[in-house]
Amino acid sequence: MGLISAHKIYKDYQVGEVSLRALNDLNFEIEPASFLSFVGPSGSGKTTLLNLIGCLDTPTEGGLTVAGTDVVSLDRKQRAAFRGRHMGFIFQDFNLIPVLTVYENIEYPLIMVQNVPPEERKQRILSLLESVEMTEQKDKYPDQISGGQKQRVAVARALVTEPELVLADEPTANLDSKTAYMIIGLMKEMQRKSGTTFIFSTHDQKIVGAAEIIYTLEDGTIVDRKDTGGNAHV
Amino acid sequence: MYNLLKIAIRNLLRYRRRTLLTASLIMIGVVFVLVFMAVTGSVKSLLIGQITDSMLGHLQVHKKGYVASIDNLPLTITLTPKAMQKIDKAIKEIPEIEAYSTRIKFGGLFSNFVETTNIRLNGVVPEMELKTVPLLPTRIIKGEKTLKKGDILIPELLAKGMKVKVGDTVVVIATNRDGSVNGKQFMVSGILESVTGPGGRDGYIHIEDAVEVLRMDQMEISEVVLRLKDFGTLQNVYESLMGTLSQEKNEAGKPVFEVHTWEKLSPFYNIARMIDIMTLFIKIMLIAMVLVSIMNVMIMAVYERMREIGTISAIGTMPGRILSMFVLEGLSLGIFGALIGDAVGCIIIYILNISHITFNFGRQTGLLLAPHVGAADILMVSATVIIVSVAASLQPAFKASRMEPIDALRHV
Repeated sequence: MGLISAHKIYKDYQVGEVSLRALNDLNFEIEPASFLSFVGPSGSGKTTLLNLIGCLDTPTEGGLTVAGTDVVSLDRKQRAAFRGRHMGFIFQDFNLIPVLTVYENIEYPLIMVQNVPPEERKQRILSLLESVEMTEQKDKYPDQISGGQKQRVAVARALVTEPELVLADEPTANLDSKTAYMIIGLMKEMQRKSGTTFIFSTHDQKIVGAAEIIYTLEDGTIVDRKDTGGNAHV
Repeated sequence: MYNLLKIAIRNLLRYRRRTLLTASLIMIGVVFVLVFMAVTGSVKSLLIGQITDSMLGHLQVHKKGYVASIDNLPLTITLTPKAMQKIDKAIKEIPEIEAYSTRIKFGGLFSNFVETTNIRLNGVVPEMELKTVPLLPTRIIKGEKTLKKGDILIPELLAKGMKVKVGDTVVVIATNRDGSVNGKQFMVSGILESVTGPGGRDGYIHIEDAVEVLRMDQMEISEVVLRLKDFGTLQNVYESLMGTLSQEKNEAGKPVFEVHTWEKLSPFYNIARMIDIMTLFIKIMLIAMVLVSIMNVMIMAVYERMREIGTISAIGTMPGRILSMFVLEGLSLGIFGALIGDAVGCIIIYILNISHITFNFGRQTGLLLAPHVGAADILMVSATVIIVSVAASLQPAFKASRMEPIDALRHV
């Protein structure tokens, strides 16, 4: 069984009196340690799908198993705990906590979510800071570093809990091309080092090539699946 | 907890101006309450002190039914020497009682040989009376500060109305309990300043003179006035004395004695109660101020930090921790405001003390205002502010903790 298994997934949104179908009969399986991308135009359902996989939302219909757990049946608290144990998130707008330093942002999930002992915490954070080349900036606050640096910190924060799965929704949308390639390269490198599954969504065709597997979505349906080997551009 | 507190404090510092404004509002409220409590407390205790220490005493013991007929100054509802022995014994068993004085109270006619008018008199043992109501000599505005047999201290209004001076001879005529009339000459040894409340316009003679005027076979006491070492023990002493004396029953099985605190005997108690009620309203205003200001700030904080809430929730922070984070923010703001308020309040109270402000009450002039606020009051006000701060944060914090991460992350 794969890390993620989706069976006949539907997701509808109610807008006023109108029901809109965002995802339509999705079936797929994702293996552990994949570097995978969902691509498609705006409104194709990429973000909705990532939200379902990330247990931030629940499908209207269908079955979804992540890391061996039927996530559809989890309640709010269980979903929060599940996310904390198994997942890391990278956001388009970086979403670092502005009142915490780079170091503290990375440390946050270890204290607040996983309760990791201080010594181990320090070890993990320093190692990740070195990997994302942010050691020198560790005492700076988010508003004192660049967008690319913020996303590096976000990558480190997502990985610090040693999750099985990292979800990144348009992680390069707010970055220039050079920095975007760098971030995707960093994500790929971290995936190789840690064996964590990375799933990202993008509509930027230039960075899509970095993914080993590419799912193309259109109007809430998977229209294509490519195994590329992920050697492009990185 | 430390990390939650760190985030809460940093978030408060992040919006410095707003935090300062809110803390200032809380501070003003706390200062206002503390200064109000200190000043009214000082005025209240000064006035209570004036009333109790110059005539009323802290507690009074009478024969049952006396206070109900006190306007008539009855000579039939009195304490016999046997009854006095029981009271004396009960008083000696209570170490908190500093002194007591026995009085024979009666109404009579006062004549300067030209005119005659009514007078209310207290026959007292001067040494006992001065120990029990130590401010009595300060009320003697003319003449000697002592009272000997054959002397009379008369109220100022009477002296003015009858044109009587210190050293003049006057006659007091009274009807005794059997209805016979007797008179005795006295020399005016002093003029008494009036004070507010019952007994504030009474005259004083020696208790033996009262026995003589009333032709008593034995000394029959109208009231026993008690002074406590510590005014704060009033309620305890009252209960203790009541406990002992209420066991004394007459043949009909009814209590022989009645005990009253000054509160039951003076109309000033109602003014004191009004001061307490005003203080309560000021405290309610403080609570409202803190509640509204903290709630406003916390609602704003939740609204502004919606995406942050979504982020921390997405990465697995449990709802309880998110709730704690916001409650701690409100708590920190409350503590901050309360501490500054306490400090500024104490400084203002200190300044009021060194300014030696005086005020007048009735005919009492130059009473020195000595505002004082106890540690218990400061703690109580601070605790109220802190509890209200937490309560005010609960609703916004609860809202933040219940937020679906997906909705919070979508917030623009």
